[in-house]
Amino acid sequence: MNVNKHNTLDNLSDEKLVELYKKMLLIRKCEEHLSSATKEGAFPGAVHLYIGQEAIAVSMCDHLTEDDWISSTHRGHGHFIAKGGDVNTMMAEIYGKATGICNGKGGSMHVADFKKGIMGANGVVGGGMGLAIGAALAASMDKKNKVSVVFFGDGAANQGVLMEAMNISSLWKLPLIFVCENNQYSEFTHTSEVTSGKIVDRAKPFGIPTLEVDGNNFIEMWQASAQAVLRARNNQGPTFIEAHTYRQRGHVEFEYSFLSRTYRDQDEVNKWLANDKDPLLRFEQYLFDNSIIDNQKTEALNNEIDSVVKESVSFAVNSPLPDLSSAFNNMIA
Amino acid sequence: MSRMRMMPAINSALIEEMDRDKKVILYGEDAGISLLGQTTGLQERFGKDRVRDTPICENIMTGMAVGAAAAGYRPICHLLYGNFIYTGFDSIANQAAKLKYMTGGQITLPIVYMAVIGGGRSAAAQHSDTPYPALMNLGGIKVVVPSSARSAKGLLKAAIRDDNPVFYLTAGSSGKPEEVPDDDFILPIGKAEILREGNDITIVAIGPMVLKAVEASLALEKIGIHAEVIDLLSLLPIDEETIINSVKKTGRLVIVDEARDVCSAASHIAAIAADKAFNSLKSPVKRVTVDNLAIPYSPILEDQVIPNVENIVNTVRELI
Repeated sequence: MNVNKHNTLDNLSDEKLVELYKKMLLIRKCEEHLSSATKEGAFPGAVHLYIGQEAIAVSMCDHLTEDDWISSTHRGHGHFIAKGGDVNTMMAEIYGKATGICNGKGGSMHVADFKKGIMGANGVVGGGMGLAIGAALAASMDKKNKVSVVFFGDGAANQGVLMEAMNISSLWKLPLIFVCENNQYSEFTHTSEVTSGKIVDRAKPFGIPTLEVDGNNFIEMWQASAQAVLRARNNQGPTFIEAHTYRQRGHVEFEYSFLSRTYRDQDEVNKWLANDKDPLLRFEQYLFDNSIIDNQKTEALNNEIDSVVKESVSFAVNSPLPDLSSAFNNMIA
Repeated sequence: MSRMRMMPAINSALIEEMDRDKKVILYGEDAGISLLGQTTGLQERFGKDRVRDTPICENIMTGMAVGAAAAGYRPICHLLYGNFIYTGFDSIANQAAKLKYMTGGQITLPIVYMAVIGGGRSAAAQHSDTPYPALMNLGGIKVVVPSSARSAKGLLKAAIRDDNPVFYLTAGSSGKPEEVPDDDFILPIGKAEILREGNDITIVAIGPMVLKAVEASLALEKIGIHAEVIDLLSLLPIDEETIINSVKKTGRLVIVDEARDVCSAASHIAAIAADKAFNSLKSPVKRVTVDNLAIPYSPILEDQVIPNVENIVNTVRELI
């Protein structure tokens, strides 16, 4: 299957495009805050940042409603925000506070909001696969044209559960979209060193239509998402998208505090930070080229998002710690 | 009342609950044809949408139960043999047991995972395990082990209505026919039953071992030892009160369990007795269990490792 290039963003209003840009910017700035806050020891756990992959979550989730489901990865803040999760409660969760979306019980790796169809980030690589299949099964039985999206990485593509998921979703024509975000690194190892063949080709024997896209190209990713979600809503079964991208940050922030050596060249990283590679900068350029934003507007948007992030951090910092007794509830209904 | 064996009793509970609640769905390997009889006729009655044959893919099966439950259904995931819990263990341990807690109680997960456990059928090591010790250590789930047609029906109906993941584990053979209530018969999860009363010793038995414990108590009675036999029925939550009250009365405890002994239900019960009935104990607590072995194939070997009536009688006689 090819990306339908005719399905351009032309039908989206300027306001809508700016909204999408703002969402990418919000993810970027939240993650940048978490990066610096990690170094300051401002919150207890570790974070895996989504910087450089924002176009994928934002473009896919633009085609979803709160009734649709997503399952996510350990790099899950971007999916949470893109699907409409509240930034304040996400930040408070990462800070381990009572006001966190999971009351401080999940942290960065488990931010979830089921009311908004966010089944959560996941600490197990490939762990979201079964959840998304189950939600897709529920959606297909509900017959209300809801869809389910599983975001996973190139690392998870090597988990056996992916084969189980592709087989059963194709067999049952589930309204499911596989979104493999190939960010080139499986933890600290380049994916080429641990992966045979092309990931996207793995879906083909199951009769699942595939789309291979530049995941840092917002427009291309938005178009692919539109096609895949439409197929799912029309009961045509699953679609497999492999979105090529790049993990600009480490597997986990502050990783050189424990790694004994580097595992990639800074030149390689710098290449992906450039204007022609970084997804946020590329989308920004698109908006500039189409006279949707200018320097003044960009500055205003940046200020606006900065204040949203600042407010979320303030909310997190000023929130109370969880009540000690809460450690003992929520295990059994 | 109807006279039936365990598999038909399970079947009747499934039919009643699926009739009652359209959100109850069932899937598993060979659910349509039903290898052991639990799901016979369900696909014909409820359709292939609600009763699904799955591929052989336990990791997705156990995981999609969590997703479907979070999305409003009450899935019954039929895993056939207890050993296949191991192949589906990631989603059981990392999702089903934890998702509610780690998301701050945002959801309930009304799931039933069912499988048959135990040996005695020359099914060998990979079809004869009793894997509930591993499940009991996960937190976030319940575990029930019915011992008879009646308890199989009552506990399955309770498990389906429970808002937590419940492991429903029964013997693989259908056992003896017995009277099973026809009406909406529910046995509460977490409540043991005293099958025979006695003052000399308490025998706590689990699942397939219950019948053997009863037989042992009959043999003991002939030599003047009156054993109290407790059918535990639920491992999590466990009915500590019934166990402790009985031990306080008899002063002696033997636990009969088909799981391997290390970190088992039996050792947990022994710990409860040591903790909460220590001053009543007149002799050491003994466990009649399986050694740290796989279950062998040849019947003569299998009989050697699985607890039998003679083992139970001899263990009791050592104490009295």
